[in-house]
Amino acid sequence: MDKLLLLGDEAIAQAALDAGLSGVYAYPGTPSTEITEYIQNTQKDKTENIHCRWSTNEKTAMEAALGMSFAGKRALVCMKCVGVNVCADPFINSAITGIVGGLVFVAADDPSMHSSQDEQDSRFYGNFAMVPILEPSSQQEAYDMVYNGFELSERCGVPVMLRIVTRLAHSRAGVVRRERKPQNELHYSKDPKQFMLLPAVARLKYKKLLESQKDYLEYAEESAYNHYTDGPDKSKGVVASGIAFNYLMENYPEGCPFPVLKIGQYPLPETKLRKMVTECKELVVVEEGYPFIEDQLKGLLGIGLTVHGKKDGWLPRAGELNPDIVGKAFGFELPETPALPEVVKNRPPSLCVGCGHRDMYDALNAAVHEKGEDSKVFGDIGCYTLGYLPPYKAIHSCVDMGASITMAKGASDAGLKYAVAVIGDSTFTHSGMTSLLDAVNENAPITVIISDNETTAMTGGQDSAGTGKIEAICLGLGVDPEHLKVLVPLKKNHDEMVETIRLEMNYRGLSVIIPRRECIQTASRKNKNK
Amino acid sequence: MKTDIILSGVGGQGILSIAAVIGEAAVHRNLYMKQAEVHGMSQRGGDVQSNLRISDKPIHSDLIAKGKADLILSLEPMEALRYLPYLSKEGWIVTNSTPFNNIPDYPESSDLQKALDAVPNKVILDIDSIAKELGSIRVSNIVMLGAATPFIGMDYEEIEKGIRRIFSRKGEDIVNMNLKALAAGKAVADSHMKH
Ligand SMILES: Cc1ncc(C[n+]2csc(CCOP(=O)(O)OP(=O)(O)O)c2C)c(N)n1
Repeated sequence: MDKLLLLGDEAIAQAALDAGLSGVYAYPGTPSTEITEYIQNTQKDKTENIHCRWSTNEKTAMEAALGMSFAGKRALVCMKCVGVNVCADPFINSAITGIVGGLVFVAADDPSMHSSQDEQDSRFYGNFAMVPILEPSSQQEAYDMVYNGFELSERCGVPVMLRIVTRLAHSRAGVVRRERKPQNELHYSKDPKQFMLLPAVARLKYKKLLESQKDYLEYAEESAYNHYTDGPDKSKGVVASGIAFNYLMENYPEGCPFPVLKIGQYPLPETKLRKMVTECKELVVVEEGYPFIEDQLKGLLGIGLTVHGKKDGWLPRAGELNPDIVGKAFGFELPETPALPEVVKNRPPSLCVGCGHRDMYDALNAAVHEKGEDSKVFGDIGCYTLGYLPPYKAIHSCVDMGASITMAKGASDAGLKYAVAVIGDSTFTHSGMTSLLDAVNENAPITVIISDNETTAMTGGQDSAGTGKIEAICLGLGVDPEHLKVLVPLKKNHDEMVETIRLEMNYRGLSVIIPRRECIQTASRKNKNK
Repeated sequence: MKTDIILSGVGGQGILSIAAVIGEAAVHRNLYMKQAEVHGMSQRGGDVQSNLRISDKPIHSDLIAKGKADLILSLEPMEALRYLPYLSKEGWIVTNSTPFNNIPDYPESSDLQKALDAVPNKVILDIDSIAKELGSIRVSNIVMLGAATPFIGMDYEEIEKGIRRIFSRKGEDIVNMNLKALAAGKAVADSHMKH
């Protein structure tokens, strides 16, 4: 078959297509976005009828994928690390209902937080849900794992998690494709109770999930992704998972002298680990993310031999690994290299010149500064989070999608006089609508600014679920039409904007202000394509 | 052969289009390749880099180790210096000379020049003015690539072929313009190396 030069994300997408995918469900999020975009690009002619439109958030994505699986077809769900929190409810419960059509769940973690609020390790979620987890070390493995992952999911009867990290998602390498399989036919579970998680049914289903654990373990023991390579020097045994394995091998181009167990499929293969424990003096765990394998090996009371890893400082606990960090841990001297010259300054990201968020912040700052300490601005997640940085220094919080409105309300409940929320259009439909309903129901005296650039800009300009519907949504939720204001964020409208924000802040009930101007990146792309 | 390249610049400058040509050439020669890119947050005007590794043997890490890069290819002078700890003793810096000044504490040009002077192997060129002379500012990135061709570890003709394949869809004129840009960049590098 042909060899393609693909990002890890693209390899996953191509594998899903080749494995008979019927639908991908996802909300954008770095580093997972390119999976869905790749599938969208192949589906422009719509002949294959593969679903690939963006979902409103990760929870709706997971639920729709489960629905597709209910109907017997193969579905892919993709999200970034924090997205897993948003869909944790359907994800955990989908392991209890089980699946019909194969379901592969891609969790893209971001160690070092290149573009995320945290560096949580999604393998814990896979473990928590008690489903098999796959962790590729290369783009080819990512392809193969997804290609076979649907089958594995159908064989196990539960979703299978594919856990990737930024460096795999956004790195390109040659990938050999396999033959294209047809989509599954529409078919349903033979068990009419399968998806009915009433306690009486759920108890039975849960028992079945517990019983299946030994099968998942057996598959992991047999899996070629859990590969044991013996080595002459038994002073150490190395357990290395995912791309951490590459950093190990980069330091040993002629082969590692210690026995190495490469982990690519969980639950952890006990028999192979036992061999290492019996034959080696101590163990070293090299893994990207939290000490997930390390914790399991150590347990509370240990396994009778030393296990080095992130908990005893052998490797750093925070941040992603790289060849230098792993090399140093194994006692290699770093080469002497020139220091970073002093002239090199940090270059943080910033709002584009001409961006509407800039005009919004200019006006907001003018209105807010009049109120001094009586006013706080709760931010949210998107390009406008950059309003925290100079020159604006405009927001005091950024926690999770939708939190701006609800935190403003909570602070207002506590007595903060002028609580303002700043949220983007895509974040508003992702998780802000329910927050707004809470504020409506108590007519909370807060000012909500929905800075609408009609796209999901931060992640590259994907369609935004609420475009053209934001006012209707607000009114539908019960926002007072008198206090729903739409503005055009342009320099020439500065005074009008300041005045509107000032008035609405002074109003002792809920108001929503929508500054709306298309993202300049999206607009210029549209112009180019014309 | 094995070449480890760090491409650097500021989000939006287009380092990935350079990587695409090298990648195309490498894959066509059946070389192994890994190329780690930066997507996401820093693409909004922050510093961006890409680690591009080419070898005739399988490559393990997506990231280049400190002191191992053969080439830093940068669209911006301060961004070239950011990766100096990664450059090998014999490695080369090939960089555009024009600053991209979007931060308040951007260094004085004399200080920047001093830091660049301290690097033993370097080619510094003003890609925009060379591209303008050729008649199209849009080929600046390819001028840059041209200046780097002596250090990539592949024959110049293979990079030319890479350009042909990548730009062929856009017509013969565009292909020729880019080939001219490549040659103009290479001429600068050649004259630097004679000195
Ligand atoms: C739960 C969750 N999902 C996805 C993301 C990734 N993400 C960060 S910003 C953003 C886009 C927000 O779009 P919008 O609110 O419209 O603001 P814009 O960037 O367009 O200004 C996304 C999808 C995230 N941080 N958290």
